[in-house]
Parts: sequence; C-alpha cells; structure tokens
Amino acid sequence: MAFISSGYNPDKPMEGRVSDIGPRHFGEYLPPVIKANFGKWDYHEIIEPGILLHVAQSGDKTYTVRAGTARLMSVTHLREICAIADKFSGGYVRFTTRNNLEFQVETEEAAKELKKYLNDQKFPGGAHKFPVGGTGAGVTNIVHTQGWVHCHTPATDASGTVKATMDVVFDDFTNMKLPAPVRISMACCLNMCGAVHCSDIAILGIHRKPPLIDHKYLDNLCEIPLAVAACPTGAVRPSKVEVDGETYKTVAIKEERCMFCGNCYTMCPSLPLSDGEGDGIAIMVGGKISNRITKPAFSKVVVPYVPNEPPRWPTMTKVIKKILDTYAADANKYERLGDWANRIGWERFFEKCDLPFTEHLIDDFRDPAYYTWRQTTQFKW
Amino acid sequence: MAKHKTPLLDQLESGPWPSFVSDIKQEADARAKNEKGLDYQIPVDCPDDLLGVLEMSYTDGETHWKHGGIVGVFGYGGGVIGRYCDQPQMFPGVAHFHTVRVAQPNGKWYNTKLLNGLMDIWELRGSGLTNMHGATGDIVFLGTTTPQLEEIFWELTHGLEIDLGGSGSNLRTPATCLGMSRCEYACYDSQELCYNLTQEYQDELHRPAFPYKFKFKFDGCPNGCVAAIARSDLSFIGTWKDPIKVDQEAVAAYVGGEIAPNAGAHAGRDWGKFDIQKEVVDLCPSKCISYDGKLTIDHKECVRCMHCINTMPRALHIGDERGCSILCGAKAPILDGPQMGSLLVPFIEVNKDDDYQAIKDIIENVWDWWMEEGKNRERIGETMKRLGMAALIDAAGVPVDARQVQEPRHNPYIFWKAEDVEGGWDRDINEFRKRHQR
Repeated sequence: MAFISSGYNPDKPMEGRVSDIGPRHFGEYLPPVIKANFGKWDYHEIIEPGILLHVAQSGDKTYTVRAGTARLMSVTHLREICAIADKFSGGYVRFTTRNNLEFQVETEEAAKELKKYLNDQKFPGGAHKFPVGGTGAGVTNIVHTQGWVHCHTPATDASGTVKATMDVVFDDFTNMKLPAPVRISMACCLNMCGAVHCSDIAILGIHRKPPLIDHKYLDNLCEIPLAVAACPTGAVRPSKVEVDGETYKTVAIKEERCMFCGNCYTMCPSLPLSDGEGDGIAIMVGGKISNRITKPAFSKVVVPYVPNEPPRWPTMTKVIKKILDTYAADANKYERLGDWANRIGWERFFEKCDLPFTEHLIDDFRDPAYYTWRQTTQFKW
Repeated sequence: MAKHKTPLLDQLESGPWPSFVSDIKQEADARAKNEKGLDYQIPVDCPDDLLGVLEMSYTDGETHWKHGGIVGVFGYGGGVIGRYCDQPQMFPGVAHFHTVRVAQPNGKWYNTKLLNGLMDIWELRGSGLTNMHGATGDIVFLGTTTPQLEEIFWELTHGLEIDLGGSGSNLRTPATCLGMSRCEYACYDSQELCYNLTQEYQDELHRPAFPYKFKFKFDGCPNGCVAAIARSDLSFIGTWKDPIKVDQEAVAAYVGGEIAPNAGAHAGRDWGKFDIQKEVVDLCPSKCISYDGKLTIDHKECVRCMHCINTMPRALHIGDERGCSILCGAKAPILDGPQMGSLLVPFIEVNKDDDYQAIKDIIENVWDWWMEEGKNRERIGETMKRLGMAALIDAAGVPVDARQVQEPRHNPYIFWKAEDVEGGWDRDINEFRKRHQR
C-alpha cells in the first residue's frame, strides 16, 4: 500500500486549508419538481403501501417510492442505490429521518414499476435489499444505534436486534392495517443515542452489574474527581486499595446505589460494566413525539429485562410481536399504542399482553417516580 | 472466501428485512476482488475483520470496542470519534477504526454525483462501510485510521465542499424534517433556518466550548417528524396563529366517501365508512370542531394538534400567519431521567429578511446563561430543572406567558426577591423590638 496524498501537507497544515464551510446547501439536491413547487404543496395521498403522491398548488404531481434499509450500508450498496436513482428518478434520492430511502418519479405507473423493481432486489442470502413500505398506519423502519458493531458502551447489538425485529414485523412494514403508525426504536445503552424514550415500542440495551474496577490502571487513565462527579447517585467515591503489595489511588463503589447507567465508564475507561450474563434488553412502550390528539409522551418500561439471545433474540421479538398484535386487535382507529394503554388502563395492558408486572416496574428514581404512582381509588380489577 | 467463520451472523442473512451482514460480506468480497485496482489506504480486509469482531461479540455478549481517545483534524475538537478494537491481534484490519461524522444536506436530499463522490473518498480511504445516517443526522463514515483523517477532511472540503459534523461538548449537527420541499404542513422553511443556523454557528459546532452537547432540531409542524420535542436542547416546531382554512366541498367529499380519510393511511384494513363525527369532531382535543353538514372550527379554541388536518388533508389547510414555537431542554434519560422540551417561546416569526436575528438573539442568550451556570456534562434541560424555568425565561429575554406552563405551581414556596417586596428586606431589629418585647 502506497500512501496517496490528497494535497494535504502535514508540515504546513494551514496551507490551503478550508474549514468551517458547513454542509452543502440542500437546494442543490432537490429534484426539479420539488424545487419548482417548494413551499407550494397542496395535499398528499398514500396510493398504496410505500407510494406517496404529493400534489402542488400548480397542479404538479410527484410520486414518492419509499423503501426500508439497514442503516449500516456499504459503498457497494450505496452505488447500487445511485444506479437505481440514475435509472428511475433522474439521479436524485432522499433518506428519511427513519433511515428509509425515497425516490421521486413522475407517474403512478413509474412508481409501481419502481416498487416492483425495488422489491425484486435481493441479497444472496435471500433478504430484500430495498423492501417498499413504511407508510401510513404501519410500522416504519426502526431507528437505531451502533451496538456491538462500533460502540464502546453497548449492552446489546443494534443492527442484529433490529434485523430480528423487522423480520418478525415485516408484514406491518409492507401493509397499513394498524390503528395508527407504530414507531419502533432501538438504543443499545442508556445513553440513548437513538433517543428511544418517546417511541411506541422501544428496545433498550441495559446493564445489570455494577462496574468492575481496574484498580492498577484507574489513576493513570482517569481523572478520579471526574469519575466521582459523573455518578448521578453518588455511588462512586475516591479510595485507596492495596493490590499485590502496592497501594493504588482508585475509587470505591457503593454497589446498592448503582443504577447501571454507565456514565462513570464514559468518564473513566477503567470502570467497565459490560457483562455477557448481566447485559440484556428492556422493552418500553407507549411513547410518542407527535402532538396529534394527545400530547407527546415518554415510553414506559413494561419488560424490565430479557436476556441477550443473539443472533435472533427470540424472547424479545416474541414480546414485541405480542404487544403489537394485541394493540392491533384492540385499539381504535387513530389511537396510538400509548393512548390505547392509557384508555384501557395499564393494569389491563399487562393482562392483555400477557406480561407479568414485577417490582422492577415501579419507579423509584427521584421525583419523577412519584408522578407514576396511583393517587386515586379509580383502578380496575 | 470469508476470512472468519461467522455462524451466528450468518443466521441474520435470512428473513425478509435487509441484512447488514449480507451487505458487509458483499463489501468484503468487492474489496478482495478490487476490480477498479484501487490502492486502498486502510487494510483491505477491514469488513472481514469487522464481521469477525462482531461474531465474537455475538458469542460472548460483550462489545469489543475500546474507549475513544483523542483523534481529529487540526483546529477542530469534534467531527471524528476515536475507535479501537480491544482484540487488535486477532482483527488487525479494525485495530484502529475511527468514525468520521460528515455534515448532511438538510432534509437528506442527494443527487448521485454527491453520493458517488462521498463513496469515492470512503472506498479509498475508509472501510467502505457507512451509516446513512447517524441518529443525530450526520452521514457517518464507519472506520478509518488516524493518518487518513486529514486526507479525508481535505478531500471533503476541497473536492466536495462539505464539512465535518459535530461531536463532543459542542453544537451537534442540526437536523430538520424535509419541510417545505415536499410537505404541505410546513409552517416555516425548516430547511433554510437549519442551514442558516448551521452556517452561523460553525465555530460552536467544531470547537467544544459548552458544558455538554447541544442539539437544534427543526420540525416544520406539530406532527414532529424529526422528534425535535423529544431530543433537542432547542426545538423549533412550526405553528400558526390564524384560522385553519376549510374547503367545505372537499369536506363533503370525505363525508361522501369520494376521498379516503387520513390520505389513505388506513387502507390496509376495513374500518368501515368514514364517520366525521367519530373520527374528527369527537377526537378533537379541545372540542372546537362541530359538523352539521358544514364543518365549523372555533379557531380561538384550537390547539393546532394537526389531527383534523391530517385526517382531511385535501379539505383543511394550516393558516397563513405562520412561524414557530421554541422549546428548550429535551434529552434522553442520562443522567436525570428523560425530559421533553418545555415551551419557552410560544410563537416567533421565522424571518429570513433579517437573517433570523430574533431567533439568534434567543439562542445566544440561552447559551450565555447555560455556559455561565451549567455544570460539566449537564444538559441545559438539567440546568433548567436545577435553577428553574423562570430563570431560563429571564435569561432568554422572553416575556413570561401562561402558555409556558401546563398549570400554575402547586406550592407557595415562592422565591420572592427583595425588590419584589415593599420596603425591601433591610429592617432594624431595634425598631422591631419597640413593637415586640423579647
């Protein structure tokens, strides 16, 4: 391998340097019909699952074909997407907030032709490359984090749990038969890069063992005051420990105060808490972002722990499928999952979804806990 | 021929949903064949080794990526995240495997020239693997080595005129819905505001100077497609003030069944004939709609939840007096539990003509306060909780308004200040004793 210079000269790093230019302006990448009708759209319709029609005040029409993806994409895969865009949609393509692809075409026939083409593209193992769907009252793509693929704090994998879940709910991706949209989201630790805390169904990686302490190295790798300050429950304090006849400056941990958030590890790599047996997944439900009918709401923990069961996490997907199916059968039209649970009552939610209610589901974290306890005699048997 | 056996990952190649395992394998094959004859600048077999290390995680249930370490490009404190494998001898191809965050075009529109240009860089100088996109919104290039970072940055800025995104305790790459580009609900040009503020605050984006991360997100309407209200320190959510525009003929077409409700979103199941009373009037959260052959909205009572508009998009349109609400303090649970954004500014005009100065004034006031008062690693939502909403409102320089709360306080422990009280707080104990014996 010979080093290829881009033109950067390390001896004169400022020479010819361009910085702080930000992103390219989005206006350069709008398909012509989008650009011509910017801010002048009249209404939209979903023609069939995965195909949207937008009609402008001018009467112009554009059809959008939406396809799901695994968020992790290779150069080869992206070049294939470019080839599809060049062939079908004038060389333009868009990614949605939920990691779907969207192509704009001019006619309904072209949209249906593209839908068929996209659905025909398969990997050698049999999986779709670009399954069309993700519109309306269905499940759209799962937003997720890095997991074991590329992160240093995860309690589970992200790409794998998402693949396993989307395989199980695939029918609800390609159809629109739920009472309302269901947004499933995945975050592989409590840091929640994926911000799953307002999702209809959330898959959340959690740790359950307090951090290990690498006494011999801690003081060399970490600022002890930062590690101490990082703990939201005050479980970490400075300490001295004798190992192999030598005294080390380190920390001590009050284990019963640990809530396994991993913030200490983020500040100090000598406090790892990953554990093959301890780690797993919590399932949360009932959150939403939209202001539609009801207010935005946080997700609630309904299953405190399922073990990591790679590669297909069968316990987790069984719970998700059961919740989704029960909701689909029981909720009213337009009623989001959390609104359905609020209406029937959470005691009834656990009964209908066949989930055990355990002491781990009663909040005991600071003030917000109080607002989740019941202060009324209105409850159901 | 695969470099490592991956029996667990191989099981994720079946099933209908796109398989990231199949995709990484195809990239491994493409690099091994190297049909273009590229002089790869990082190990050719890094996708193979990534599968190898991931299979190891699938076997033992633990990650094999180490803590970051300081890497980056000259003059920036953000944009690159250091990443090292903790079994480098087994997986040398990914021993050093840093992430590069790249600023995406707002709304995530691309043409193939730009995408192919990005791929040219990443094929030669990186792993050939990406996230399109990261949770915050950036294009994420997954895995390269330290000597390539300046080269990648040079080629991005000189060749494609694109910058790095944010990481660390700084402004993170702002993100927006697709807004006016393809949505009739957009109450302001969320893409242009996002672009303008991203450019204005490049210094804050690249050089960490904040207590912790800070996120802007822009939703064109209260439907909230980029989840601004749940995950941004300052959320800009489109809204309007005047009446919803009603086309009574189109309402009749919905009632008559000529147009499918909710833009056809419920087409997969037979929900019966559209019932405007049950599906619109009764579901209105402020009960401001009535229907007696004609739809009437008492617009003073409307809370703009979007339900009626979403249900009958051809009959109902948002009003013309448009702008946005600004909410502050949303975050995921770390450390103090999850927080939703709280309403700081009920309505502000989104005015490009004065370069959005009114919005920038609020942003900068809020930042000044947070940088003064915020503790290390404290999101502004936590600072607000600690010091109070009133303190934020005061610092932001916006008027106090009943809309900023759901209800008034439950306790009467009001922190009166001396200047609030007649005569102030300075009193003479001897004067007091003249009236009251010891």
